[in-house]
Amino acid sequence: MSQTGAKFIQDRPDFAAIAAWIPKGAIVLDLGCGDGSLLRYLKETREVRGYGVEISDTGIVSCLHNGVNVIQNDLESGLADFESNSFDYVMLSQTLQATRQTEALIQEMLRVGREGIVSFPNFGYWKNRVNVLAGNMPVSRELPYQWYDTPNVHLCTLHDFETFCADHRVQILERRVMTGKSEMKMLPNLLGSTAVYRFQRAG
Amino acid sequence: MSTANSIGIVSAQRASFDTPLIFRSGAVLPRYELVYETYGTLNTDKSNAILICHALSGHHHIAGYYADEPKNVGWWDTMVGPGKPIDTDKFFVLGLNNLGGCHGSTGPSTINPETGHAYGASFPVITVEDWVESQARLADLLGIQQFAAVVGGSLGGMQALQWSLAHPDRVRHVFAIAAAPRLTAQNIAFNDVARSAILTDPDFHGGNFYQHHVVPTRGLRLARMLGHITYLSDDAMADKFGRELRSGRFSYSYDIEFEIESYLRYQGDKFASYFDANTYLLMTKALDYFDPAHEFGGDLNLAFSRAKADFLVVSFTTDWRFSPQRSREIVRPLLHNRRNVSYAEITSAHGHDSFLMQDAYYFEVMRTYLDKVAKECGV
Repeated sequence: MSQTGAKFIQDRPDFAAIAAWIPKGAIVLDLGCGDGSLLRYLKETREVRGYGVEISDTGIVSCLHNGVNVIQNDLESGLADFESNSFDYVMLSQTLQATRQTEALIQEMLRVGREGIVSFPNFGYWKNRVNVLAGNMPVSRELPYQWYDTPNVHLCTLHDFETFCADHRVQILERRVMTGKSEMKMLPNLLGSTAVYRFQRAG
Repeated sequence: MSTANSIGIVSAQRASFDTPLIFRSGAVLPRYELVYETYGTLNTDKSNAILICHALSGHHHIAGYYADEPKNVGWWDTMVGPGKPIDTDKFFVLGLNNLGGCHGSTGPSTINPETGHAYGASFPVITVEDWVESQARLADLLGIQQFAAVVGGSLGGMQALQWSLAHPDRVRHVFAIAAAPRLTAQNIAFNDVARSAILTDPDFHGGNFYQHHVVPTRGLRLARMLGHITYLSDDAMADKFGRELRSGRFSYSYDIEFEIESYLRYQGDKFASYFDANTYLLMTKALDYFDPAHEFGGDLNLAFSRAKADFLVVSFTTDWRFSPQRSREIVRPLLHNRRNVSYAEITSAHGHDSFLMQDAYYFEVMRTYLDKVAKECGV
């Protein structure tokens, strides 16, 4: 594992969970790939081939620096540049909650990919609930924004996401719920701060 | 006048070829010359060469300046030089004047040794494919088996793409900047109007105006004026000229009144004073004909299946002559063929001309990508 890889896996436990699901040599698409560190990590450890999609200029430059393919595009305008069934995995890490066309995007993920992987902050995490009960919007490591500057427009809980999947013919294949580096098996919707799901089109 | 961090004094070189070049059209050019410039040093394994292909009105003088013409600075001096994105401390950079050009390489204004007259109308209609073939022969001459990168903007981008298709093993990275896989009807239409302006100029004499000692200045000027409009964005024109009047008030005549009129005529006159009308016709035709999918039933996916290079595709938001949409049409077949490709869409106000301008993000993209290329070359 490269230095960079080791470091960010510590910083982003959801990346470790995602990487554990990706078999060697997979073809992947990373939506909202940021600086490309997940792709780079997957390239180095899983020998994946793939592309990132990123909207920010700084993200694009960082991706090029990390030596990963990146396409500058706004996810909200869809994935028209990508052909149906052209990827093994389409990943969306910590971006779902910031998308406006969330329903359409999940469908697009399953159009271009065999399986989808998402990670998002669990709004049902007890600390968030305590914040709301105390009368404030939650601000935390996972939700590091004030109400007036947050990009997050579609926050949800584990329950919400699972209901969404059931309603949209999305079959959940695997779920991992974490708080920091620890996996939460008990009362995940209450004790987990981050959720990672792997899913496919329901048959 | 040199710009900051210029490569400094450069000089053009000339290469002669006497192996006939067979054009796509079937025409044959028995012998020809290409003028070129090189900057930087070719490393021992000859792996650090970058070819820069020029656009419609470009040429071989890309960077630096001439000892006897210090104000004649290369057309991409901001991009190419020591410590610049295309870093001449790391790369051996080659630029040439394309065949059919009017800056020293064999073209319509060159004297045909067989007739003693300028080629004029007899110079064959040339295609991007023909250019790439001639460029490959120049590379052979210089001992370059494989380019680290072939870089081009606009029509130059088409040449870079063609390199990946005609010589997949001879280019590792292709930079297609403000380019398109093929022109749209609208784009061909603009070219046709430009050509019509030249072809209908009474001084054109069917392309053999040299013998008449005249130049179809009016046609060339109109062609350039039209072209210039399409290279700028509406916003850039509005910002620069708006509705400004030269004298501050209407004169109710057909004189040059608006600043934009003054600017366009100045650009047209300047261009017509040095550019060859036949070269302009050839360049626009090369643009129109280019379509890698032509021999694949229009299927770009199939056309690009030959490519082996990695690609960087760059577009500019306000470019409507070669819009971001056109660049995406390059990206898609590359994705289909699972090529390594990155795509950057630069927010810029300057329309198609943006690719020649200095922009922090654009230059950072180029520099970052090229740093990787340099590392691969071990330079």
